[in-house]
Amino acid sequence: MKQRTAVPQGTLALMVLKTLDVLGTQHGYGIARRIEQISGDLLAVNQGTLYPVLLKLEQEGAIASDWGASENNRRARFYRLTREGRKQLEAETRDWEHTAAIIGRFFEAKAEDLP
Amino acid sequence: MRSVRRFVTRLVNSAARRAQDDRLREEIEEHLALQTAENLRAGLSPVEARRQAMLKFGGVEATKQDYRAERRLLVIENLVQDVRLGLRMLRKSPGFTAVVVVTLALAVGANAVVFGVMDALILRPLNVPEAESLWGTQYGVHTGFQSYPNYLDLRDRNHSFEDLAAFRFAFVGLDTGEDPSLASGYATTGNYFDVLKTQPHLGRFFHRSDERGPNSAPYVVLSHAFWHSRFQGDRGVVGRTVRLNKHPFTIIGVAPPGFRGTLLFVSADFFMPIVNQEQVDGENLLDARGNIEGGVFEALGHLRPGVTPAHAVADLDSVGAYLAKTYPREFSQKSAPLGRPGLTSFDGAARAFLTGLMLLAGLILLAACANLGSLFAARAADRSREVALRLALGSSRTRILQQLLTEAVLISLVGGTVGLLGSIVLLGQLSLWQPFPRAPIHLPVSPDAKTYVVALVLAVVSGLLFGIVPVRQVLRANPYEVVKAGSSARIGRRMTVRDALLVVQIAICAVLVTSSLVAVRGLLRSLHGNLGFEPRRAMLVKTDLVMAGYRTDQVLPTQKRMVAAMETIPGVERVGLVNLYPPLVYGAGFRANIFKDETADLRLSNSAAAPYRYDVSPGYFSAAGTAVLAGRTFSAHDDAHAPAVAVINRALAGKMFGSVAGAVGRRYRLQDGTRVQVVGVVEDGKYQKLTEDRPPAMFLSSLRSPSPESWLVVRSTRDRQELTAAIRGRLRELDAALPATIDTWSDLLEVVLFPSRVATVSLGVLGMMGAILSITGIFGMAAYSVSKRMRELGIRLALGAGRKELLQAALGRAVRLLALGSAAGLLLGVLASRVLAFIVYQATPRDPVVLAGVVVAMSLLGLLATWIPAQRALSIDPAILMRDE
Repeated sequence: MKQRTAVPQGTLALMVLKTLDVLGTQHGYGIARRIEQISGDLLAVNQGTLYPVLLKLEQEGAIASDWGASENNRRARFYRLTREGRKQLEAETRDWEHTAAIIGRFFEAKAEDLP
Repeated sequence: MRSVRRFVTRLVNSAARRAQDDRLREEIEEHLALQTAENLRAGLSPVEARRQAMLKFGGVEATKQDYRAERRLLVIENLVQDVRLGLRMLRKSPGFTAVVVVTLALAVGANAVVFGVMDALILRPLNVPEAESLWGTQYGVHTGFQSYPNYLDLRDRNHSFEDLAAFRFAFVGLDTGEDPSLASGYATTGNYFDVLKTQPHLGRFFHRSDERGPNSAPYVVLSHAFWHSRFQGDRGVVGRTVRLNKHPFTIIGVAPPGFRGTLLFVSADFFMPIVNQEQVDGENLLDARGNIEGGVFEALGHLRPGVTPAHAVADLDSVGAYLAKTYPREFSQKSAPLGRPGLTSFDGAARAFLTGLMLLAGLILLAACANLGSLFAARAADRSREVALRLALGSSRTRILQQLLTEAVLISLVGGTVGLLGSIVLLGQLSLWQPFPRAPIHLPVSPDAKTYVVALVLAVVSGLLFGIVPVRQVLRANPYEVVKAGSSARIGRRMTVRDALLVVQIAICAVLVTSSLVAVRGLLRSLHGNLGFEPRRAMLVKTDLVMAGYRTDQVLPTQKRMVAAMETIPGVERVGLVNLYPPLVYGAGFRANIFKDETADLRLSNSAAAPYRYDVSPGYFSAAGTAVLAGRTFSAHDDAHAPAVAVINRALAGKMFGSVAGAVGRRYRLQDGTRVQVVGVVEDGKYQKLTEDRPPAMFLSSLRSPSPESWLVVRSTRDRQELTAAIRGRLRELDAALPATIDTWSDLLEVVLFPSRVATVSLGVLGMMGAILSITGIFGMAAYSVSKRMRELGIRLALGAGRKELLQAALGRAVRLLALGSAAGLLLGVLASRVLAFIVYQATPRDPVVLAGVVVAMSLLGLLATWIPAQRALSIDPAILMRDE
């Protein structure tokens, strides 16, 4: 199950949350497109892996979904961020930035910087 | 928190099992449509646009599966699925299901019942505090009997027990002022309750400080059950006075609810101090050191901390050595082990019997497992095509195994539950059962959680065990080969696992059938063997003159009047009287040491023999139907004023004097030094139990040594009811207040027959179970082999085979396996029956009737089991069959 996911699940979930934060209510294809645009080839194949992640987030209560009409007037499932999801996104963004900062400093550090 | 929420949602989804896959399907559809539209805008052809969209999306099925896995809990999901499928499969083959459930129910039920009894009698300790350090000493004659003075010495001179208590039985007429009736209880030493560390439910117990010499403590403590049944749980009962055998005793307390005395079989109604024994027994049985069998029934106590049973035995032996040196005439020293109180001298026998039974029940379980193993193996072979298809379609082997095991456990749980329910009913009946109407004896079985757990574990373990059998087949299966080969699996010529299982099972069943036949035959023989008296058409009338308040010097004249009164009843042929107990009644028998006439030093180690001793009246031998071989029996003149004379049996005559003819006129000595002259010799008999082999016995004149407790033997051809009424009438004319019990001798023999009867019934039931199991086993095998080879049989028939050849081809293998198994079982059964000889009189397997019986029984079983398959094989119509495939 995991090996079929091209990107780590946590990362994909965070991307979904951020996408919904920026774009507001969006259907699955829209989310996939957005992630593809921003991340390049990351989600070029296996777009399907998005759906289990969406379900997981919904079951956790981070996002909610409703039926609506898509651009070509077909029934589509629209996802939006809940209050809980927004909190989760903030927390995870902070964590992510924190982690990234540490890792960044590690990569920048040179031998002569150390006392 | 989030994961909890997710888990709950998934759990709900799993349980609800809603078909929500539609939503995903729709979302995927929409996703692909949007992507296709996008691709079209980019200039691709419609077909290519759609194809690219699908490529980009990835595996639709994989996504669906991930999605499903995400939505629900897969493990539960699979389990539910397996259980549903299993139930469906079992419903589809009701014959198979019924055979398996019956087989398992029998096996689990039998084991649960035997375990329940074993748990009640052996595994569960007495219901007293610190039961694990409580031991009884079998010091004395290896049964726990002690004389009271010996007990006092053991108590005061040992260094191993914290304190040693003792008790004897007290059967009394209890009079509360309204209706006198019989009650049975213990006469205990003063320290009894303190040694057992129990506290009264009401009032107080008596203590050692209450013992101030003979008849100094007229107190009685009621058991909780007796307090409820006889005194309606009246809390004001403490302080009331009741009469035990006409003597006033004060009720001082009530024992706690679970406490019923220190014997498992006999629950006491009341407890009284042993120092008041003379009042209820009419004579002092405590003072004589030599009165081993009439004194204390058992002595018991807690070992001091750190003292092992082995230490205690050595310690008691050294006390015994002192006693043997000090009192050589009254005491002979033997080493004796400690025993768990509760069963005392029955402990060994009960343990051996129950262990044997448990072993046989285990065999039943094993046979059932073998049976189920072969059934499941056959079923798995039938399903190999289905399994192969599933494998080919991408199901994992783990999932298939999981499914097979689920099915096995499912059916074993059903079978186990049925068996357990049956055993609970049976055990309930057992606990209500009172084997002997006049004795306060019952089996204290109450099935508890332990029994249920054992039964269910047995069921599940056996389920897994036979569920494993097909696993090998599944693991080996090459789907391609199986599907290609079709359903007509090859019939192997070599011995398969299934065949071996069947042979083992039939062998086990044959062992059970053999042992049950041996037991039944032994019982029949012991019923019709020569007992040394004729129990048929003989009434036994028990009276205890002490209960009616007679003085010792009134006993003999009253007994003479009773005998005379019985003789006036029309239709009564002869009347005799025997003191204490007649032979083979309640398993009671008293042995006495005798010495050669020339022996001067009457210490126990010099004794020449220890025959049973009976004190009988002049008319006893003809009333009992005992044949006189030489000399004479007693006359009315053989009383206290005449020289002592004895009648001995053939075995004692041979042992003491070499021959029957040479014994008459010779003399020997009793323990107290009395010289007795042999005046007659009678035939041998059985005295205490049926398994005895020609024990020696002597009969003395009851006119010389009267006992208030005696049995009248009334021989008459009259109808039992009429005779009982007439006897009662005559006794009432003599003394209206004299309690008496009237039974036929045959009825009382039941008690002695009890062990062999129980053994026979249990073995019979197990034998029946074995028979049923072998029927199901052979039937399963034969039916399977016929159904497998329908086509082949059809071809044979079409080519002109006769009925005989057809049957041979269809069932030859099953019959051969049956013969092989039966022969092995018969051989084993013959060996096992040696063990039976300990319980069942004359249980010999080298008995042509038994051997023929086993052969006939197994053949009948085989015939019965192969009947339906044979009919099916014979009714084959080749034309229909050929078109069918």
